[in-house]
Amino acid sequence: MRPLTEAETRVVFEKLGRYIGENIQLLVDRPDGTYCFRLHRDRVYYLSEKLLKVAASVPRESLVALGTCFGKFTKTQKFRLSVTALDFLAPYAKYKVWVKPGSEQSFLYGNHVLKSGLGRITENTAQYQGVVVYSMADVPLGFGVAAKSTQECRKVDPMAIVVFHQADVGEYVRREDTLT
Amino acid sequence: VEEVLAAAEGLEAERQRSITVEKELELEFDLGNLLALDRNPPPAAGLRGAGPQREALLRALARDNTQLLVARLWELPAERAGGAGGPLVARLPEPAFRLPREKPPPKPRPPTRWEQFARLKGIRRRKRTSLVWDEQAKEWRRRWGYRRAGGDPARAWLAEVPEGADPEEDQFARLRREKRERVARNELNRLRNLARAHRAGSAVPAAPLHPTGHQSREELSRVARVARVSTASLGRFQPRLPKESAEPPSRSGGKKRRFEPLLGNLVAERSRQLELLRNMSSKKPVLDITRAVNKQLRQEEAEAAAAKGKKQSQRGKRGRRQ
Repeated sequence: MRPLTEAETRVVFEKLGRYIGENIQLLVDRPDGTYCFRLHRDRVYYLSEKLLKVAASVPRESLVALGTCFGKFTKTQKFRLSVTALDFLAPYAKYKVWVKPGSEQSFLYGNHVLKSGLGRITENTAQYQGVVVYSMADVPLGFGVAAKSTQECRKVDPMAIVVFHQADVGEYVRREDTLT
Repeated sequence: VEEVLAAAEGLEAERQRSITVEKELELEFDLGNLLALDRNPPPAAGLRGAGPQREALLRALARDNTQLLVARLWELPAERAGGAGGPLVARLPEPAFRLPREKPPPKPRPPTRWEQFARLKGIRRRKRTSLVWDEQAKEWRRRWGYRRAGGDPARAWLAEVPEGADPEEDQFARLRREKRERVARNELNRLRNLARAHRAGSAVPAAPLHPTGHQSREELSRVARVARVSTASLGRFQPRLPKESAEPPSRSGGKKRRFEPLLGNLVAERSRQLELLRNMSSKKPVLDITRAVNKQLRQEEAEAAAAKGKKQSQRGKRGRRQ
């Protein structure tokens, strides 16, 4: 377990910034306590200082996970955001996509969102912008990347993909052994 | 009142006593080494037996001798270091005592292969003259170098083919190649001797420390590093060169990574991250692509709508005419 280096912090913040923009400040600088990022076995964890002090007393080989896992670094030092970060992305998301009740199930099984399943989308979403996917009842389902900008979404045919799937809440059941 | 005055006088006298020290024999001073030698016999009675009494006596002795040494130091010629506001610095004389060596003396260089062979055979060095008589030019020329005795080897226009050689072979190329090989062999042997001497533990460095003109960038930086550390304070107060980095070079040569401590200053970490965020957001360019694309699409939609409207109105007019 160690703090992130300058380069690693930059990579993580860039990735997070694609979804929540400048609201990362609210994650870093919280009024209700000191929270920090720590790296353990290539996974980035977000935890409070109190928890960090307790976790520091666990030996490295026995430590499985701590706090909330935001994602992991791949072999080539690219950062992959995982669904366990959704709780922190959802309240601060800048660009949101609402999915109709009929295709919620499809998204939760890991499929992309088609134009036919698109309920609402935030205005001014750029193409390939990171978005957080909600159900029509404003329950966060996961996040992804907008395949088309808002303007293009209006013109495109119903079978076209509008949001690429990246992570969804169904992974808690599908991939429960790989999530930490 | 008189009692008070007497007490005050007593205090003054004590203070005076603490500055002047009485000794039977004068101390010997070596101010260059900041040394004071006290040859007075110590008070025998007090030193026998352990305990606080002995401690107190020794302490008093040390204090008195230090007082005398410091008094002598104050008598030295002094000056202000670093201009008018700097500290007062005494100029010490040359040290009288020669202190013994701290480290063992350097080992002599081991003899090279040729030196061993020469010693074995009894070959001694013949002193050669630097100038040689050149018959052709009828004057004294150098043995080698600029305007040498045998003529310029680069301008030699004739190269005889030796008896057993291949007639097709290029003799000039052969001469050049052989010279190159000789030079290379010589250099190899020189480096080998140097390496052998260095490995044998003598004071010979593996590479020369003075600039030779044939050194690469890495060698020069290594030499600069050695020069930096070769001061009395081991390089602690050396001023940095303009482009040199401020951190001391790592002992593992940059192989081992060093990370921040796990529970280091969390407030500082947070401020560093906020700073990083600020830098990142300031460098992001304003995204105009989306707006440009949207504008283009809206224009196209408007044109399409206008065209549809015109067609409909034309059709309507034709219908009405009919």
